[in-house]
Amino acid sequence: MKFTWFNLMPWPYLPDDFREKNRSVWVDIDQRLFDPVKSHEVYNTYMDLLEYADTLGFDGIGVNEHHQNGYGIMPSPNIIAAGLARRTKNAALVVLGNSIALYNPPVRVAEEFAMLDCISGGRLVAGFPVGTSMDTNYCYGQIPALTREKYAEAHDLIIRAWTERDPFAFNGRYNKLRHVNIWPRPIQQPHPPVHIPGGGSVETYDFCIDNTYSYSYLSFSGYLRAKFLMQGYWDRVAARNTPDASPYRAGFAQTICVADTDEEAERLYSEHVLYFYNRCLHVYPGFADAPGYRTIKTIQSGALSQYAPPRGSFAQLTWKDLVEGGHVIAGSPETVRHRMEDLIKGLNVGNIFCLMHVGNMPAEKCMYSSRLFAEKVMPKLRGLLPECEGDERFWCHPIAARATPGSLPQPYEPARVAETV
Amino acid sequence: MLDLKTVETRHAAVRYLEGGSGEPLLYLHGAGGATPDDPLLAALAKTHHVYAPYLPGYGETEDCASLRNMLDYTLHTWDVAEALGLSDPILVGHSMGGMIAAEMAAVAPRDVTRLALIAPAGLWMDDHPIPDMFTLLPYELPKYLFHDVEAGAKLMTAGLKMDDPKFLQDYLVRNARQLGMAGKLLFPVPDRGLADRLYRIKARTVIVWGMSDRMIPPVYGPAFEAGIAGSRLVTVPEAGHMVIVEKPAAVAEAVASLH
Repeated sequence: MKFTWFNLMPWPYLPDDFREKNRSVWVDIDQRLFDPVKSHEVYNTYMDLLEYADTLGFDGIGVNEHHQNGYGIMPSPNIIAAGLARRTKNAALVVLGNSIALYNPPVRVAEEFAMLDCISGGRLVAGFPVGTSMDTNYCYGQIPALTREKYAEAHDLIIRAWTERDPFAFNGRYNKLRHVNIWPRPIQQPHPPVHIPGGGSVETYDFCIDNTYSYSYLSFSGYLRAKFLMQGYWDRVAARNTPDASPYRAGFAQTICVADTDEEAERLYSEHVLYFYNRCLHVYPGFADAPGYRTIKTIQSGALSQYAPPRGSFAQLTWKDLVEGGHVIAGSPETVRHRMEDLIKGLNVGNIFCLMHVGNMPAEKCMYSSRLFAEKVMPKLRGLLPECEGDERFWCHPIAARATPGSLPQPYEPARVAETV
Repeated sequence: MLDLKTVETRHAAVRYLEGGSGEPLLYLHGAGGATPDDPLLAALAKTHHVYAPYLPGYGETEDCASLRNMLDYTLHTWDVAEALGLSDPILVGHSMGGMIAAEMAAVAPRDVTRLALIAPAGLWMDDHPIPDMFTLLPYELPKYLFHDVEAGAKLMTAGLKMDDPKFLQDYLVRNARQLGMAGKLLFPVPDRGLADRLYRIKARTVIVWGMSDRMIPPVYGPAFEAGIAGSRLVTVPEAGHMVIVEKPAAVAEAVASLH
């Protein structure tokens, strides 16, 4: 099992009346609600928490890309990951990922991911999302019905840039490049492992199966609701005569809150969980799914956008609803372990993206919950799926001799600047 | 009165409505599509032989991945005219269809001598932004499309059974097909450079605008008029973007003025 500690990086200062006064947390969210000076503290705390997760023994630390979004102040995950590469030692850097259809040209992603892999000593896990409709179409202006074609081309270009050793010309529909020849290139060969976040598109299932990529379902609706979708994936894996059904072929994101007891979990975390489901997931439905973004086949399969809110909206859900409905796995280490076992076995997923920071949760609570999970839950889940044993195809392969940042030859002398008269 | 037929082009099996008698007239629908009981088509068919092809993705046809950009759509529509055996038909387009019609007339100015643009898309003025139709929820549309919002809402919701999951799914599929194709011309800003090409149009041109148009505001009328030499702007009071539904006779009269 691989456990990745994940932080969406929500803005923690959305006002109490956010829902009433704003139509959306995403795309056209009020600029004035962002305070750059306060964000200095927020960013640094969030990065500290990711670094803390490395010391707790999580297999990975995860970041992702959103734009114009009040619950994800990380338009460039690569900037965060670069900081983490220097300040962490062991955890995989799971960048989940770069929306490759948005980069012009996408060799930029091949280059930046190569840099991250080189700086971190081969710790990169690379994610290539198509991107949500909010990010890709409404914020970054990509034409919905052409997004997937552009994405596919960007993917082919990046993989070729990573794997070909001589300069080549790339005559794509969206990218015309005469001399593709990235410098640097990644440590990991033939290239870093690739995870594809998806939301139920049949095409994405096949794309992962064909390329031996891991399919990640990043949902906020929890594992009970994910069964239908993940079963669709595993059915597809079987139908395509895939050589194996390794649990590492799949990943799943789950909000997790651990405390000493179930009651303490509610007392400590409900405020922050409700902040997330009430304020952060307040997305204007008109942004959820630009026409043409999803293929006809996918719509016909009945998979609707996870951003299309449930009837009555997320805001109606109470702590009890969220916990019982599996949106959130919360409680004592024992309770959480049981539910995590259900999740892991029920969905057959080897990669767990643990959403341990939720909404406006302060650092102390987040550290407490993360530590309890790392100490009392994670060890008991590790051996749960024996099929995972020995399958290293979907995880990073760091080099053994990794540099220690901040170790210039000693002693270093301060600069002596002659005093001017 | 209008028959539904099919004609093959390189890109697609194109469904089209045909009816009436008189001079041939090629009508290009807007992003909302067209129906056989369209009141403007009925009015035009009284004095014209009307051909109204559906853009691929509309009229229950498949979307077409090989049509990607403005030039593709423009040439495809010329292919349709060719396949229908039309030579210099009266070219009429509404909204997105007007954008395509104007492009057709601009790329082949000698092949179009009469052009009617009804609230056409294709220009953009920063001081008069066009609403982002792709974000609008079904219940929000009427106020942008109709002068009489209440009547328009009734018209648009007639027969919609949004509580029926099967209906909802078909509705979403149709919406994705149609607006997915429209998005290649209109998303995120409905401007593909037409302003730079309007000067090429040689056709006698009439531009029709509903005075209550809140989708593409009437201020765009004079912009088209200024861009197309010798064109004439006809404004229609008490009509919105769907002037073709709210005042079909006035639109038909403007088209007739091209004779």
